[in-house]
Amino acid sequence: MNRSFVARNPSVLIFLALLALFTLGVTILSEGFGVGIVSTSFVKTLGKTLCLCLVAVAMDLIWGYAGILSLGHFAFFGLGGYMIGMWLMYERTRLIVVDALAQGQIPPTPQEVVDGIGNQIFGVVGSSDFPVIWSFADSLTLQLAMVVLVPGLLALVFGWLAFRSRVTGVYLSILTQAMTLALALYLFQNDSGLRGNNGLSGLQNLPGVSASQDVVSMWFFWGSALALGLGYLLAAWVVSGKFGSVIRGIRDNEARVRFLGYSVEAYKLAMFTLTACIAAIAGALYYPQAGIINPAEIAPIASIYLAVWVAIGGRGRLYGAVIGAAVVSLLSTWFTGGQAPDVPLGFYTIKWVDWWLVLLGLSFVGVTLFAPQGIGGLFDLISDRLRPDRHGADLGPDQGSLREKEAQQ
Amino acid sequence: MSTLLEVSGVSVSFDGFRAINNLSFRIADAEMRAVIGPNGAGKTTFMDIVTGKTKPDEGRVLWGEKSVSLLKMSEAKIAQAGVGRKFQKPTVFEDQSVQENLLMALKKPRGWLPVLSYRPSEEDLAKVATLADDIGLGDALLRKSGELSHGQKQWLEIGILLAQEPRLLLVDEPAAGMTPEEREKTTDILVEAAKTRAVVVVEHDMEFVRRLNCKVTVLHEGSVLAEGSLDHVTSNQDVIDVYLGR
Repeated sequence: MNRSFVARNPSVLIFLALLALFTLGVTILSEGFGVGIVSTSFVKTLGKTLCLCLVAVAMDLIWGYAGILSLGHFAFFGLGGYMIGMWLMYERTRLIVVDALAQGQIPPTPQEVVDGIGNQIFGVVGSSDFPVIWSFADSLTLQLAMVVLVPGLLALVFGWLAFRSRVTGVYLSILTQAMTLALALYLFQNDSGLRGNNGLSGLQNLPGVSASQDVVSMWFFWGSALALGLGYLLAAWVVSGKFGSVIRGIRDNEARVRFLGYSVEAYKLAMFTLTACIAAIAGALYYPQAGIINPAEIAPIASIYLAVWVAIGGRGRLYGAVIGAAVVSLLSTWFTGGQAPDVPLGFYTIKWVDWWLVLLGLSFVGVTLFAPQGIGGLFDLISDRLRPDRHGADLGPDQGSLREKEAQQ
Repeated sequence: MSTLLEVSGVSVSFDGFRAINNLSFRIADAEMRAVIGPNGAGKTTFMDIVTGKTKPDEGRVLWGEKSVSLLKMSEAKIAQAGVGRKFQKPTVFEDQSVQENLLMALKKPRGWLPVLSYRPSEEDLAKVATLADDIGLGDALLRKSGELSHGQKQWLEIGILLAQEPRLLLVDEPAAGMTPEEREKTTDILVEAAKTRAVVVVEHDMEFVRRLNCKVTVLHEGSVLAEGSLDHVTSNQDVIDVYLGR
């Protein structure tokens, strides 16, 4: 029991090694730093996939381990993206405006610069004033802090209200759906201060960086891989010890944990907030690679997809979440990108762009019914064969009957 | 002996049905008490009230030397104050090993921050091993508790209670579904526990109660019908009418 953390969780080491190998492989094959077999756009897809894997890890923590089916974690993911997007957009526009004004006869006053930026950013929604929420957009440090603080605070307040009233199960899921829907509807408004349904765009261009997208995409790819590695390590550490025992206990029998003297609400709140922060960091790395974020990204359906990934990958095990997110989102890209060959049936041709969602829905139902452990459950087949301590079970129904070990002696 | 728990004049109704009606009950440190009564007499509701799950409509529940009211406290706070509860159906964390179950119950800080950084010390592990031996699960420490037999799960839950080091143990039908040998062992565990703390056992089985050899409280329709030794209450005409006679 007192062995080191890695020795108790060999899967963490295996996962990190595979992630490192994968990162190295993509780097060697990339256009920016390697032989150029993997295109830059595919590097971006892979980088985005790593971010999705990270948010899936967060989802697995809150659903697979703590048993809270949150259908709102994509709201935190999106908020993280908005927070970093604000700085990216502000700073890039500022450079352009300063350049443009420098052509003039007299040097521009700071106010003129700010007005110019405002015009550029908010002209699309018929405004030019900076809303209050953009107050910190000129500072990268503050805006990076807000990536974690804003979604974290939202999760804290929402979770405190929900858990304190002992809302559980499907009712809590509905509440989280309502939260993400309300947030999306709010952001759709032009006067929400975040450019309404236009969202924030041009995020793939790092201000003040002249390197080509080939190179920048690799930076983000590395950043995403690092974040996934660290996030996975943190998640594995959190669920490994007694804290993990308690939250799994809450999942399986909340009342029992309460009568053991643990404040169930505090634990749930801690988990909800922690996973919201992880989701937000994943989002902050995702959207600069996607280049654009708009309120449609945090529509309720996105959070439901997240739950589907984790279910298909296998909840209650962290690598299951990663596998689920990677497999399903990459397959989704493949099917919806028009690359999957059509299936001619004679009387009808199956076009995967239309039929992919049906396929996804069927596989979700199939996994739920026939393989509740998900794809990750396949690993049990291997590890069970390697693990001998499952033996020693009672041979008969009676307490007095011999144990398997005794019987062999 | 000083009073550990005093319940006085407690009533509670659910949708007009009076589950507990002006119930008074007291128990001292290191006392064993059996609570018997027909179905619906309010035995489980009584435990719910003491552990904070149900708030009574009226009455007082006082705890310890300082006579703190338990009514204002949450379930977790009451458990931390030293009330341990065993459910009727064995409720252990089936997905976790016996060791993890017991470690979780050990008396340690319960806040999420100290728990997050907690790693079991040699001393804790030794304590858990001793406890597992006491409840007859010394060989099963690393087995998942879901694999245990019904009787073993009951013991594990008692072990979880003992690990909490509570001052009052509320035990709901500990011998249900056990073989005669298992019952005997359960009696031993409970009698041993009652030497150092108060134990309240709710039980249907008269033979089991007789073996506990302690004061008995008979509940009927939410209030105390009789109290005293087993022989005393079984010769009480009211008790015979409502409970034994059937």
